Amino acid sequence: MKSEGVWESCDMQWCLSQAKGSLDDDVTEADIISTLEFNHTGELLATGDKGGRIVIFQQEIENKRQPQYRSEYNVYSTFQSHEPEFDYLKSLEIEEKINKIRWIPQKNAAHFLLSTNDKTIKLWKISERDKRPEGYNLKEEDGRYRDPSTVTSLRVPVFRPMDLMVEASPRKVFANAHTYHINSVSVNSDNETYLSADDLRINLWHLEITDRSFNIVDIKPANMEELTEVITAAEFHPHQCNTFVYSSSKGTIRMCDMRASALCDKHSKMFEEPEDPSNRSFFSEIISSISDVKFSHSGRYMMTRDYLSVKIWDLNMESKPVETYQVHEYLRSKLCSLYENDCIFDKFECCWNGNDSMVMTGSYNNFFRMFDRDHRWDVTLEASRENSKPFQVIKPRKVCAGGKRKKDEISVDSLDFNKKILHTAWHPQDSIIVVATTNNLYIFQDKMN
Amino acid sequence: MKAAVGEGPSAALLGGRNPVVQHSSAIRKLQLSKMAGADGDDSLYPIAVLIDELRNEDVQLRLNSIKKLSTIALALGVERTRTELLPFLTDTIYDEDEVLLALAEQLGNFTMLVGGPEYVHCLLPPLESLATVEETVVRDKAVESLRKISQEHSPVDLEVHFEPLVKRLASGDWFTSRTSACGLFSVCYPRVSSTVKAEIRQHFRTLCSDDTPMVRRAAASKLGEFAKVLELDYVKSDIISLFTALASDEQDSVRLLAVEACVSIATLLPQEDLETLVMPTLRQAAEDKSWRVRYMVADKFSELQKAVGPEITKNDLVPAFQNLLKDCEAEVRAAAANKVKEFCENLPEDSREQIIMTHILPCVKELVSDTNQHVKSALASVIMGLSTILGKDNTVEHLLPLFLAQLKDECPEVRLNIISNLDCVNEVIGIRQLSQSLLPAIVELAEDAKWRVRLAIIEYMPLLAGQLGVEFFDEKLNTLCMAWLIDHVYAIREAATCNLMKLVEKFGAEWAQNTIVPKVLGMANDPNYLHRMTTLFCINALSEACGQEITTKQMLPVVLKMSNDQVANVRFNVAKSLQKIGPVLDSNALQTEVKPVLEKLATDTDMDVKYFAQEAISVLALA
Repeated sequence: MKSEGVWESCDMQWCLSQAKGSLDDDVTEADIISTLEFNHTGELLATGDKGGRIVIFQQEIENKRQPQYRSEYNVYSTFQSHEPEFDYLKSLEIEEKINKIRWIPQKNAAHFLLSTNDKTIKLWKISERDKRPEGYNLKEEDGRYRDPSTVTSLRVPVFRPMDLMVEASPRKVFANAHTYHINSVSVNSDNETYLSADDLRINLWHLEITDRSFNIVDIKPANMEELTEVITAAEFHPHQCNTFVYSSSKGTIRMCDMRASALCDKHSKMFEEPEDPSNRSFFSEIISSISDVKFSHSGRYMMTRDYLSVKIWDLNMESKPVETYQVHEYLRSKLCSLYENDCIFDKFECCWNGNDSMVMTGSYNNFFRMFDRDHRWDVTLEASRENSKPFQVIKPRKVCAGGKRKKDEISVDSLDFNKKILHTAWHPQDSIIVVATTNNLYIFQDKMN
Repeated sequence: MKAAVGEGPSAALLGGRNPVVQHSSAIRKLQLSKMAGADGDDSLYPIAVLIDELRNEDVQLRLNSIKKLSTIALALGVERTRTELLPFLTDTIYDEDEVLLALAEQLGNFTMLVGGPEYVHCLLPPLESLATVEETVVRDKAVESLRKISQEHSPVDLEVHFEPLVKRLASGDWFTSRTSACGLFSVCYPRVSSTVKAEIRQHFRTLCSDDTPMVRRAAASKLGEFAKVLELDYVKSDIISLFTALASDEQDSVRLLAVEACVSIATLLPQEDLETLVMPTLRQAAEDKSWRVRYMVADKFSELQKAVGPEITKNDLVPAFQNLLKDCEAEVRAAAANKVKEFCENLPEDSREQIIMTHILPCVKELVSDTNQHVKSALASVIMGLSTILGKDNTVEHLLPLFLAQLKDECPEVRLNIISNLDCVNEVIGIRQLSQSLLPAIVELAEDAKWRVRLAIIEYMPLLAGQLGVEFFDEKLNTLCMAWLIDHVYAIREAATCNLMKLVEKFGAEWAQNTIVPKVLGMANDPNYLHRMTTLFCINALSEACGQEITTKQMLPVVLKMSNDQVANVRFNVAKSLQKIGPVLDSNALQTEVKPVLEKLATDTDMDVKYFAQEAISVLALA
């Protein structure tokens, strides 16, 4: 088969290493994974769900030296980050769903991350404890009190080794700064500030100060009836502390320079691709809305995801992307039904690999796509337990866009739109990827030769 | 006494030199029992509790124990403190920040408790672990304590124990330890040998070019302090190059800290070196691409001005200041506007007036009509100060039009800032020049739709009254002051009441009797019960200032009459008022007039009225 021939010619083949989560088809709403994020070394992977929980997985240290097992991740810590709340002033329910997790670059032996729901951002500390104090003067270790008259000497407690305990503790709560729903948080390269973006505004925070933040972007029109676009995502440049971008529902990306002024209402660059008039339709604006924006690790490029494609932009060229990859072009004819079942509003995210040579994003039917920028090939893989055996290379999938369906191809009409992969993450250094289906987590690694 | 108490508190320790000893009753008990030769076991009990609570689940109890750490140490004796307590504390870094903060602070005063300067190095391990925690306040406190105890190290111990700790922190894996190291170089540098000095300089250099911006920020913020303890030659060779590098760092947050260092470095260098070593960097900072760096320059301008001296100020800083006043970013202009007065004051006297008139005043004139209200209000808070510098004629000719323009500004804060600084102009040209414009401005603020603005102007009334004099006040402002008494916002009515009291203190009881008291008492018949209560609040505030005569003859009858009010809130406020003005009244009035009324109120049907009436009776001792 031609497609597989192309596939085999490139160096990277993927094996399923772990599938986590319940096998049950009956999905509890709270278990739906809503965000994924590797820390800066890739040793920890954090997932957030609609139930407000965060689960942190740790790469098995012993297995690290055995390459074929190095992608084994096990639960390190689980904690409830957000609880459902009710805003009594506005009569609004505030969901506990975790919208984004961002790790803070490590500063001491503990790990820190920011997690956010629609309104409130929290800074969590995840730390290990392997010692505990022993020895009381007035009671026994089990809590029974001693007769005070038997206390004839003072005893200072001593720390003794104990089983490793991982604790997650909330360190800071950044609340009451967002009127609309927070969609992004991003830590600045100065490691002391971060931004948080909602539908209409972007605020700048200091990591140690919770009672005030600075509004740096505000696109709210004086009259809400004139509202034509919303902010969909925002991110800081990985190295330049003064640069950040935000994407909009109109398909544009604005880059702002915080050096120029305190309020970044005026962008320094605007990235926008002129619309192809031949493709113009009722859905044009909806599908051009950007659901995710990510800088490359090098800081030279950024990637945006809209409904049907992934675009790579050179920061030095605003007029058009340098690369465009079709994720599922075969859906263009299906937009009408995707509009009716609301799928057209799904927010797919995208990610870079460690050296920026490949990108990955999700699709429907538990398919996800990878694009190799240097070799110009792409592949569709499926996250499923049934179709993959541990440590066996998984076979690429192909969707038949029309005409006669070949063997091994799947027809567009039989795609399951309820199974979607919105969140994917790539290990920052290694060939290990993670994708989240509704309530399952799939970890893949490249096939070692 | 059992041996377990250790060496016990030494005589020197209890000699009162160490304040930590005095607060502890437990210790005193311990001493007493020791002296009396009684069975010491009882006295162990409170200490045992304190030690156990070091690991209590309740943070408050742990905190409490840590705060009494000196008591525990004293009971254990120096030996056991060193061998048992300190190792325990070294491992206790998992605790809550507030506990760690208290611990870091305690350890800074612990030298005597571990056996004096000779053993002070035993305190280094716990402080070292505290210097690596992620919470900045804890780290800073640990560094502060380390700096403190560094002074108690002998020169030998400093090299054997303290300096290796600094090196360990400086080369630590985590940036938290490296940032802490930055604050320790300057305390050990002056007291170590020249080889160790060279090593310290090398460590500091390394940290100035650390990979993480946090460490570079910590180094930049300690650069000035480190420069102060360095030999001048090294300042010129080492510090200047580090300073130049940090001032052109890629991170805005590092560059802006270099501006602060600039002040200290400039103070250290001889005048003739400033031009070549410091000024290029300072000029670059004043024109930095990032507004935050320029803001920092504006914010530190007075310090910079003093550090570089009059000649450089004339040639360099004046144009730089002009640029900052015209900056494209409002935050920068506001910071610069704040410094206008201080900058002008510190200009060399011989050319001060000429520089202000030709260079600064034109920029100031533009700022008066700035588009940003924060800039205008920053300027308004200092601009009046220029009049003392420029003298009467210049003020009338050049500044007065600006004051008048600001008094008419659309932003209330600008007007308020002018009004609140009127005293400066008063000294130079007298307030009469302004009064024609002042009045409409005050009236407008007094009637502003925002109650916080009204509140602010009320607070300036006593000041204005003092400067404008009683006639002007009676004629123009008295009505305003009375109108606030019936404002619909309670905070304004309350402030208005307080204002009346201050006015009476200023103008005297006679004035009060003629102008205020009749109006206040008239409100007692108002149909609105809130206004009737205002009468009571005014009486509470005024009785003392008005004195016994007016209070007894004029106010008391009104209060007593109001005890029949149909609104319970008024009635219980009558009780409260009587309690308040009671001390001013003579005892005859108290017994014959107040007492019957309070007794009647004490049988009121309303619970609150009863309560306050009874309270008044007992406070005034009328029962």
